[in-house]
Amino acid sequence: MPYKRYVVICNADKCKQKKSNEIYEFINKELIAQGLKEEVQVVKCGCFGFCSEGPIVKILPDETIYCHVKPEDAKDIVQTHLLKNQVLKNLVYDNSQSRKNIGFKYDNYRKQLRIVLRNCGVIDPENIYDYIARDGYKALEKALFELKPDNIIEELKISGLRGRGGAGYPTWKKWQITKETASDIKYVVCNADEGDPGAYMDRSTIEGDPHSIIEAMAICGYTVGASYGYIYIRAEYPLAIKRLEIAINQARELGLLGKNILGSGFDFDIELRYGAGAYVCGEETALIASIEGNRGMPKPRPPFPSTKGLWGKPTVINNVETWANVPVILTRGGKWFASIGTDTSKGTKVFALTGKVNNSGLVEVPMGTTLRELVFDIGGGIKGGKKFKAVQTGGPSGGVIPEEYLDTPIGYENLQQLGAIMGSGGLIVMDEDDCMVDISKFYLQFAVDESCGKCAPCRIGGKQLLEMLNKISQGKGDIEDIDNMKRICFAMQKASLCGLGQNTPNPVLSTLKYFEEEYIEHIKDKKCKAGKCRDLVTFTIDPTKCVGCGLCAIKCPVNCISGEKQKPYTIDQSKCIKCGTCYEVCKFGAVIRK
Amino acid sequence: MNMVNIKINGIPFKVKENTTILEAAKLVQVKIPTLCNHPDLPPSAACGMCIVKVKGSPKMIRACATFVEEGMDIITHDPEIVEVRKTVLELILSSHPNDCLQCPRNGNCELQKLAGDFGIRDVAFPQILVNHPADKSTQSLELNPEKCVKCGRCVEVCQIMQNVWAIEFIGRGFNMRIAPSADTFLNDSPCVKCGQCTAHCPVGALYEKDDTPMVWKGLRDPEKHKVVQIAPATRVAVGEAFGLEPGTLTTGKIYTALRRLGFDAVFDTNFGADLTIMEEASEFVERFIHKKGPLPLITSCCPGWVDYLEKFYPEMIPHFSTAKSPHQMVGVLSKTYYAQKNKIDPAKIFMVSIMPCTAKKYEITRTEEMFASGYQDIDVVLTTREFTRMIKAAGIDFLNLPDSEADLILGEYTGAGTIFGATGGVMEAALRTAYYFITKKELRDVDFVETRGLEGIKTGKININGTEVRIAVAHGLANVEQILLEVKAAQQTGKEVPYHFIEVMACRGGCVGGGGQPYGATDEIRKKRAMGIYEDDRSSEIRCSHQNPYIKALYDEFLGSPLSEKAHKLLHTKYHERPLYNK
Repeated sequence: MPYKRYVVICNADKCKQKKSNEIYEFINKELIAQGLKEEVQVVKCGCFGFCSEGPIVKILPDETIYCHVKPEDAKDIVQTHLLKNQVLKNLVYDNSQSRKNIGFKYDNYRKQLRIVLRNCGVIDPENIYDYIARDGYKALEKALFELKPDNIIEELKISGLRGRGGAGYPTWKKWQITKETASDIKYVVCNADEGDPGAYMDRSTIEGDPHSIIEAMAICGYTVGASYGYIYIRAEYPLAIKRLEIAINQARELGLLGKNILGSGFDFDIELRYGAGAYVCGEETALIASIEGNRGMPKPRPPFPSTKGLWGKPTVINNVETWANVPVILTRGGKWFASIGTDTSKGTKVFALTGKVNNSGLVEVPMGTTLRELVFDIGGGIKGGKKFKAVQTGGPSGGVIPEEYLDTPIGYENLQQLGAIMGSGGLIVMDEDDCMVDISKFYLQFAVDESCGKCAPCRIGGKQLLEMLNKISQGKGDIEDIDNMKRICFAMQKASLCGLGQNTPNPVLSTLKYFEEEYIEHIKDKKCKAGKCRDLVTFTIDPTKCVGCGLCAIKCPVNCISGEKQKPYTIDQSKCIKCGTCYEVCKFGAVIRK
Repeated sequence: MNMVNIKINGIPFKVKENTTILEAAKLVQVKIPTLCNHPDLPPSAACGMCIVKVKGSPKMIRACATFVEEGMDIITHDPEIVEVRKTVLELILSSHPNDCLQCPRNGNCELQKLAGDFGIRDVAFPQILVNHPADKSTQSLELNPEKCVKCGRCVEVCQIMQNVWAIEFIGRGFNMRIAPSADTFLNDSPCVKCGQCTAHCPVGALYEKDDTPMVWKGLRDPEKHKVVQIAPATRVAVGEAFGLEPGTLTTGKIYTALRRLGFDAVFDTNFGADLTIMEEASEFVERFIHKKGPLPLITSCCPGWVDYLEKFYPEMIPHFSTAKSPHQMVGVLSKTYYAQKNKIDPAKIFMVSIMPCTAKKYEITRTEEMFASGYQDIDVVLTTREFTRMIKAAGIDFLNLPDSEADLILGEYTGAGTIFGATGGVMEAALRTAYYFITKKELRDVDFVETRGLEGIKTGKININGTEVRIAVAHGLANVEQILLEVKAAQQTGKEVPYHFIEVMACRGGCVGGGGQPYGATDEIRKKRAMGIYEDDRSSEIRCSHQNPYIKALYDEFLGSPLSEKAHKLLHTKYHERPLYNK
């Protein structure tokens, strides 16, 4: 007997941090108290993508979405919505400032198209039947009984699917090469070693829809002639790991993994391998070394993994998002998939939209959507009415894109031409308070920490670049540093062994390309306009504006602000650590940052 | 093999497929600079110096790790490529101490050479160094991470060529460094002191412990009677340091140089090799004919190999020959037999060995048997490299030295003694004498060619009087495993052992490729050195150890017979299981 209603609660990390587990328990308790347990089922699900508004609770089939739900709202949701059929106005997503419709639809979903995230926030990821009910494992069945391996590769070719890990290599080609390489053993690997700062596309996909990965890997195994797969996943993703374990076991129980899948005679099974947090292990040859139990260091390519990969055997490695696209392509057809997107970039792309944007969260848009649509329509524009400065794509391997290129349609080649990359989907919005030297330093620091140290250009070049950036941000830079940085960047791009080193210069080069004047300002004028580079900033109090409330003095962590109540306060510059707290807490705009 | 058509710098030519761009370039007289690449090892592609352009690709690719493909149009040098290489080189120099004048590799450093070739005057980037103390824990080798360029050769050599796994990469990014496994001290790691890491290091990050100060000090001491011996493999390699072709025999010049350095008696380890054969061949006959002791008998004159077996296969210890290595035999006899005959107080004998080997520095205090004379039998071991430095420091014009002879009574040797320096040589020498011991007849043809050459594992069947002797020879420690596993498998299933006699040398090529030999050894050089050794054998009047008149005199006057009680006391040793890690 199906339930009359479903209460779907986001159980992904950000909502869980805000007690979505408690909400789940409280709603269940209240349902029992109200005698509704037989009519309503409560489901924990994956990410809705609307993380800034979490925790999210969705009522089905009403399609009502509640935001910022607290555990104490549980009673209200049950008693008012579920019993009396009245929408809780105070919890419903309200975007009335920009749009009129309140309640049942998100306008930030309007420009989205959810293919990869089709099941996230919809199904219970720990229940295989939920996945099956949404056409899950249909593609595998079709592959095994209706399609020949060549048909599958042809379908992928028609679809135009390219690797979503960042480089954009045509997926069908990888599969075909592995299929055509003769070998007794072949492997299928899922790269779930997501590591870009601020990115959580893959984690959310696995947490919300683990079976889509498993199904896709089995299809690939059948296509290329592999009977074993590995999912290399970060150990820091315990929920995703748990969901995968549950999903793999459920799939085995139903004969969707293991020997003789669905009676077809095809064997395929999957094992998990945990990454220990090294960013470079997302690079495919380093990832293979890590699965093999060796130190995760890249190897020269060729040979590519598709001919000589895991334990020297032909291996297909795809990223989580790439895998998640595969079953849909088989069920709905490559043509349908190819109808979405641009000439060279087909389908959709998932982004983790973060930074100075109003609606941060996980979004999936068709390729060809412009950055402006992403930032302003879906993201709802810049926080606090500040001025947009740039958007950073591709994480530590990517670059910044300034306002003048915001109308660029998203696609692999387009972003690369701008000096950024598609990358795995991190998208960070920056405003006038962001300093480009500081941003470049942040990414360089990350890349330097994560370099494996094998090749000289990356190991030493990254370190030297970082030292120069540090100097510049302290006002100790020389104008020659800019040329030296460009020289190192060029050598790193050309002579580094793997993608990590080759792309490490991108944040530096793209900020230099679009914001070189900021560097020169730091070097010549010893100024940081955005006020981010501590050594170049001073905080003073404007006596004409200060009302003498004393709040800054109370909040100052080093007690360097003094004065008499009702009279202008002063900052002791010799003690000031330039943390900016006074600037942030002053309600009268009396603290001046220069 | 298929040929492919390629172009390098516009020159069209055909080359075998599975050739790297780096190798192909040499065929048209183009030298692509490298730092991490080494012909002994698979390309690690670490340094980034060998980048080239291939038309149609926006990237630069590594010549060392990329195979040629049909139609490839390669540019190896243009202003842009040279500029990138120069930047990479400057980056490497910016994290290098650049204290060439005090460096063990001054004058033969591969990084120094590159800097010279590129004409580096200024480094555009500030110097940033990795601060980590040098590891001087072993008696043989030192590791200075500050000078390391992270080429990875030593790691590859230790793990893949030697299967010892004593060094590895630790940490990451700029702080990545080469370190003893588990970040312990080298002396507490599985290190067997073979020194192959030092022979492959392009810079001064891994090098032999410098014992020349002890020798200079000993030579200055008027109270001391200074005795020296040279190992078989040194005589075909010392010349390289003076510009001679590898393999050039310089035995006579070495003797003269040693006298000019101030040694009172110059002996030859080859005499000890002849003696080792007497003992070891007797042991073999005992085990093979008289069934006293387990087969196979395994040679034990290589201290790196001894350390390896004690650590990795202690259960095989009973198979070891208990005969000491040749230089230890010469050492103990110098302080007993020679001292007594010449009425010299053994306490005043200062005994130095010139060896191709770093493990020998460790061997001289390995067990209490190394003190059989009542004193430390060998006082100092110098590697070939240290010895050549001493010749230079002493102002000796080596190339123009007159030849001289070794001193009696521990200096005369046979061809069998000299071939100890090449892989298979101990086996061949032992077979020559074992044949005589078993048959009481002299061989007509003493060459056992199946033992020679650079094949990693050599096996053969020798017919001695109708009885088949199955032999195996392995060099490069990674090649040992297969043989030992074959033996163990036979033992476990109760089958007859696959081999009766096994020779193992830790270093590729045997001692000619030793870890203490002049830098730059490749298979080509190992072959040339071995040819010099075999030439020494061929031109010897006496080619079997048991025919050496001074060996006969030694037994008659002093030891009695092989395996006698006295021989056992002075010439044999014991082995002990050792832990892989000390802490």
